Amino acid sequence: MQQQKSLVLILARDLADKLASAMFVVDADGTLVYFNEPAERILGRSFADVGPAAMQEWASAFGPLTVEGRPLTLDELPLTVALRERQPVHKQLAVTTPSGEVRQIAATAFPLFARTDEFEGAAAVFWELEG
Amino acid sequence: MWGCRGSLAAPGPETVRYGGNTSCLEVRPSDGRLIVIDAGTGARNLGIALGKNRPDRIDILLTHLHLDHIEGLGFFGPVWDEGCEVHIWGPPSPLRTLREDIAKYFSPPLFPVHLDDLPSHLVIHDVPGGEWEIGATKIRAQPVNHPGPTVGYRLQDGDNVLTYISDHEPALGVDLRSVTPDWVSGYALAYGADVLLHDSQYTEEEYPGRVGWGHSSIAHTVSFALITKVKRLVMFHHDPLHSDAQLEAMLVRAKELWGEEPDDIVLSYEGMEIEVS
Repeated sequence: MQQQKSLVLILARDLADKLASAMFVVDADGTLVYFNEPAERILGRSFADVGPAAMQEWASAFGPLTVEGRPLTLDELPLTVALRERQPVHKQLAVTTPSGEVRQIAATAFPLFARTDEFEGAAAVFWELEG
Repeated sequence: MWGCRGSLAAPGPETVRYGGNTSCLEVRPSDGRLIVIDAGTGARNLGIALGKNRPDRIDILLTHLHLDHIEGLGFFGPVWDEGCEVHIWGPPSPLRTLREDIAKYFSPPLFPVHLDDLPSHLVIHDVPGGEWEIGATKIRAQPVNHPGPTVGYRLQDGDNVLTYISDHEPALGVDLRSVTPDWVSGYALAYGADVLLHDSQYTEEEYPGRVGWGHSSIAHTVSFALITKVKRLVMFHHDPLHSDAQLEAMLVRAKELWGEEPDDIVLSYEGMEIEVS
């Protein structure tokens, strides 16, 4: 039988594709499966350049920092917290674009459960903070 | 095929060729068992046809609990026969089991008899996440894009595969021509099937006014069938407002879109028999 993404991931990607807000979608293993154009604008990279990618790979690609400028470990990222704890999480952090610009963002990550409670992955909506 | 109409039964002179009963399919695998897919109003006639020759066990696969897929259940003779073991399979909701949801239909004022008072030996199963077997038939259910908990079914008997996705809107928010197949709802269920019965409720002109209703236009149905490389496509779940003549016009359009081997696409009709091979 052919492989197919779960319906929840398909619909999450469709939603992200239609949103003006930046949105990032990972599967249950943490593999990046999609981020949308508003996310590309903030991250400075296109999904075609980065994904699909394993968690370690995408996490390092965006040079995440705390708001004070300390490098964030993989375990501290909102999406990995949502994946691990299977709970929503909100956090302010910074990302580094390929040109070296540091952008402050706020991110809300949440786990994705299918109707019968199958854990399918997580998504994060994020936006750039003024100033 | 005992019913292929969608949404609402539509008897009358305009629908005599393709039928007015809602979804119900009788499947006879190589081991002689009886598997019924969906229990729309067509299930009543199936029960009558089975008569005293019914098997001791019947398995009913429900795609979802919209009324056009279950309203024949209370009129399906074997559920009133205490010697019959009826297994019903279908998708649960996030908070309720399939049994609890079916019990809503089998309760006053919707129906005069409670589910627990049916005389047959009724066994109700939430569909498993993976593959399971009913006799020689391997079955897989997967959620598909339609409002409410809804699955499609892939039945495999030996090398022969039948896929049934009666209510499905794979093109919701997606251009089926531009996404990779593994991002298409229902892809894994349908891939390479010998026969695909698929929602084909709307014309291309009707669909824009019905986006999100959970059904497909002819163009979406044909695109889905081509993406999944099925061998034969059976247009199913006819709109109750579509007359026989309108369905035949839709078939002409579907054949244009299908391209080569136009005989591999057909309209479902009551009484239709398909050999899956």
